[in-house]
Amino acid sequence: MGSQGGFGQSKEFLDLVKSIGEARSKSEEDRIVLREIETLKRRINEPDIPKRKMKEYIIRLVYIEMLGHDASFGYIHAVKMTHDDSLLLKRTGYLAVTLFLNEDHDLIILIVNTIQKDLKSDNYLVVSAALNACCKLINEETIPAVIQQVVELLGHPKEGVRKKAVMALHSFHQRSPSSVNHLISNFRKRLSDNDPGVMGATLFPLYDLITIDVNSYKDLVASFVNILKQVAERRLPKTYDYHQTPAPFIQIKLLKILSLLGSGDKKSSEQMYTVIGDIMRKSDTSSNIGNAILYECICCISSIQPSPKLLETAADAIANFLKSDSHNLKYMGIDALGRLIRISPDIAEQHQLAVIDCLEDPDDTLKRKTFELLYKMTKSSNVEVIVDRMIDYMISINDNHYKTETASRCVELAEQFAPSNHWFIQTMNKVFQHAGDLVNPKVAHNLMRLIAEGFGEDDDTADSQLRLSAVESYLKIVDEPKLPSAFLQVICWVLGEYGTADGKYSASYISGKLCDVAEAHSSDDIVKGYAVTALMKVYCFEKAAGRKMSLLPECQSLLDELSASHSSDLQQRAYEFRAVLDLDVNAIENIMPLDASCEDIEIDKSLSFLNDYVQKSFEQGAEPYIPENERSGTLNISSIRNHNSYEHSTHSLRFEAYDVPKPVVPTKLPPAVAYPTDLVPVTVNVTEPSYQPSSVQPTWPLVPVSDAGSGSGSTELKLRLDGVQKKWGKPTYSSGASSSTSNFESHTTMDNGARQPDTVMSKSLPRESKQSHAEVSEEKQKLAASLFGGATSRSERKQSGGAAGHSKVSRTTNHGEDKVRPATVTVTTAVQPPPPDLLDLGESAGDTSSYSSTVDPFQQLEGLLDLNQDNAAATSNAPDLMSSLYSDADTNGSLNQNPNPMNGSVNPSKKTASLTKGPSLKDALDKDALVRQMGVNPTSQNPNLFSDLLG
Amino acid sequence: MGIRFVLMVNKQGQTRLAQYYEYLTLEERRTLEGEIVRKCLARNEQQCSFVEHRTYKIVYRRYASLFFLVGVDNEENELAILEFIHLLVETMDRHFGNVCELDIMFHLEKAHFMLEEMVMNGCVVETSKANILAPIQLMDKTS
Repeated sequence: MGSQGGFGQSKEFLDLVKSIGEARSKSEEDRIVLREIETLKRRINEPDIPKRKMKEYIIRLVYIEMLGHDASFGYIHAVKMTHDDSLLLKRTGYLAVTLFLNEDHDLIILIVNTIQKDLKSDNYLVVSAALNACCKLINEETIPAVIQQVVELLGHPKEGVRKKAVMALHSFHQRSPSSVNHLISNFRKRLSDNDPGVMGATLFPLYDLITIDVNSYKDLVASFVNILKQVAERRLPKTYDYHQTPAPFIQIKLLKILSLLGSGDKKSSEQMYTVIGDIMRKSDTSSNIGNAILYECICCISSIQPSPKLLETAADAIANFLKSDSHNLKYMGIDALGRLIRISPDIAEQHQLAVIDCLEDPDDTLKRKTFELLYKMTKSSNVEVIVDRMIDYMISINDNHYKTETASRCVELAEQFAPSNHWFIQTMNKVFQHAGDLVNPKVAHNLMRLIAEGFGEDDDTADSQLRLSAVESYLKIVDEPKLPSAFLQVICWVLGEYGTADGKYSASYISGKLCDVAEAHSSDDIVKGYAVTALMKVYCFEKAAGRKMSLLPECQSLLDELSASHSSDLQQRAYEFRAVLDLDVNAIENIMPLDASCEDIEIDKSLSFLNDYVQKSFEQGAEPYIPENERSGTLNISSIRNHNSYEHSTHSLRFEAYDVPKPVVPTKLPPAVAYPTDLVPVTVNVTEPSYQPSSVQPTWPLVPVSDAGSGSGSTELKLRLDGVQKKWGKPTYSSGASSSTSNFESHTTMDNGARQPDTVMSKSLPRESKQSHAEVSEEKQKLAASLFGGATSRSERKQSGGAAGHSKVSRTTNHGEDKVRPATVTVTTAVQPPPPDLLDLGESAGDTSSYSSTVDPFQQLEGLLDLNQDNAAATSNAPDLMSSLYSDADTNGSLNQNPNPMNGSVNPSKKTASLTKGPSLKDALDKDALVRQMGVNPTSQNPNLFSDLLG
Repeated sequence: MGIRFVLMVNKQGQTRLAQYYEYLTLEERRTLEGEIVRKCLARNEQQCSFVEHRTYKIVYRRYASLFFLVGVDNEENELAILEFIHLLVETMDRHFGNVCELDIMFHLEKAHFMLEEMVMNGCVVETSKANILAPIQLMDKTS
């Protein structure tokens, strides 16, 4: 060990760590790190730095990067350190390199050679270190350089090496499946490795492989079931136990694999029923890890071919999760419920009140999970309640990511299950108002189409009512500030198309509103475009109806302004409007037919009406037209652009990359309603009411509206549609940065100081509410009935049933608490005496006492984790494991000369596990003294540095 | 992929250990850590130990002054990750003896080595404390 300070580290390093540890703020920490960067830049390039010193510099570089600063000036030294002969230095070098570099960094090429050499080393720890590095640093190009050696290491005598070789191969498979495809049989082989660690590791690549191709692995079902059975029956070495549960992580992974293999496969599933049932029966519901396995069982049961008996067990387990006081278990319960209701939809009913409790919980995580569940169980009878709740939630959150998700779910449910037009319009208004810029632009198109087409019934009055209610609601909303652009576009379009249709609102009133919109959103060209086109429509309809209408002065000035706009689109619209003003009624009726957005516009692709003209030109000696892509010479841009959508150009080379396959958008539509699934229909015969009307209106002489020509895929139309699409596609999404900061602000109100009273309050509240359940829950029951009840006639019965169920629930919960509490108390008292060994999550004695008095369920679980036994079990195993380890080490060289200190340090803790958990109390005291000597002491600025993590 | 990162952060939001199993730039890491820490530290102990953030699910657990935050993807079993954290702390405790924040700071590389033994490619590959610690103890002896 070094002589400069404790732990073999220099005073300088200790001082650095100390100052970082005591930094009071991020800016102070930054100052320290910046100073450190300056120091290191000078020092690290000095000649002849002792290796140990260099290792310390490397760790300091790691600190710099960890604290968010660039340490690239020192990367090369970390790379150099991987060449070192000393195992510790080599591994430190590898560690630093894996932390600093990604697999495509230029320096990696300097390491590959070292890795190759180290993979051949006869010191297995060197091989292990190199394999670790392989997992992170070897990219697709360098895989061939090492793969042969890695495959050979799959047969290494040391199980640790075999395990890492499996994982290295796994990482190659993740990066480039094709380069290891011929080797995947190795994973199957290693599944029968006699070391459980190696077997456990193969489960990860196998899981990935099975996800890709389930059918090739059906033959392994029996093996997996058998392994799971053995694990559950405690056939693995005790060292794999975690808190008395046998190899829980392996069990969980196996269950995940089984759920893939059993999905939709009766024969495979039947093989699994027994073992899953056994595991569920045996699982320890008082520990987190037991519940983790139980949860995984439920996931598996809901994925494989259903077994009524297992479903019942799963339902019971879910009930226990939901009844628990622990939020974590409730969360798992809600998630599991969401999985199980796909198979047995009725199960949700018995938990309705628990679900509503979770929905109303202040914990956002739980709430969000519950919304996910509600989303899965929405049907036409409860859509109104659920969507209303979701919208309220959507309005209340600031996080754009989840706002978007919630908004699109609301839209999806509303489109799917809307009970009435009016409700649908209202719902969409709310969604657009609060998250208009976040939802998919397609949603806006769909809404406009729906308003134009109605719900598809042949009932004109219903359609016009729908339109009227839309117009009315928009007129109410339109003056509100800060409406999202997408929503304003919809509003303008609908007001233009239907604002005056009913005769309820005068043209000048609507025009006034539209002018207001254009003025209020003067920076939004798209909205202005919509507004001016809407104005044009209002004017045209008015004139066509034979009413005299003079242009409003504000409308006139808007036109003047737009005629000089920088946007050519706006200019064109303004000029078109001007041109239309001069036309007579007849022409106007033709170019702006009333309520014709749903009429088919047929476009004569072959432009046959020009035949006469072409013929005449030919006669006058004009050259015939040769399509651009048939002309000699290079292709030009427009023909390349056409490649994507047009078959006729397939004979020429493709210059563009193929499109990324788009996921199929599920179009869950009620049969009565025909929504467009595409943003812009490619076939011309379908009218798209939602794109810019001006681009369809035949103001261009070349595209007559009612030309009877046939054909689809007109280039001309496509190009124009592209333009429209681009408009919709403009970045309407706002960046998440601003909202996340505001999110932070809202959260900071709950500062640490407030936590304690908070806990006490929320702890006492549920109990009260349980007692006075009869009065309080009336509202909840109503909610429950509307959420879970089917038809109204049935809801009465269910409501009472639910209440009865709940009172039973609360009774059993109390009973459960009674059972649990004494257990916790005994654990606490039993463990309490040795002061440093409490499972103390709080920072002070005050915390601890309040913890025991409030009986925090989360900590209850903690208290039940029996550390003592685990340690005793593990340590009792330690000697023989160590000896085997050392014998190996001896054969591998003189790595180990003195095994005694460790055994000595383990032994004292063997019998008195409750007193010390570490090597020894003495060591800890020594350490403490040493650190104090260095000037770091608990009374210094940050006493937390000293608090035992395990309490 | 499973585990996508492991973070140890103290109550003041200062990072004490960071290991990512997918590459993020320095800037991305800094932003992500800031956002996550703010979210998790604002929560009380009654609330779930899980937080959703962007495409991550964060499973966190507090030990004295130190928060252990593990970012996982959607497929992961949250309760199991919670216990993985505990196993990590127990392992460090066995090695350092009454492990505290300072131990991790002074022996950052060792804490990393333990994590390297336990997690590869974002998968929990080793849960036996003896197996995790054996190489580290051997290295201690030879150096």
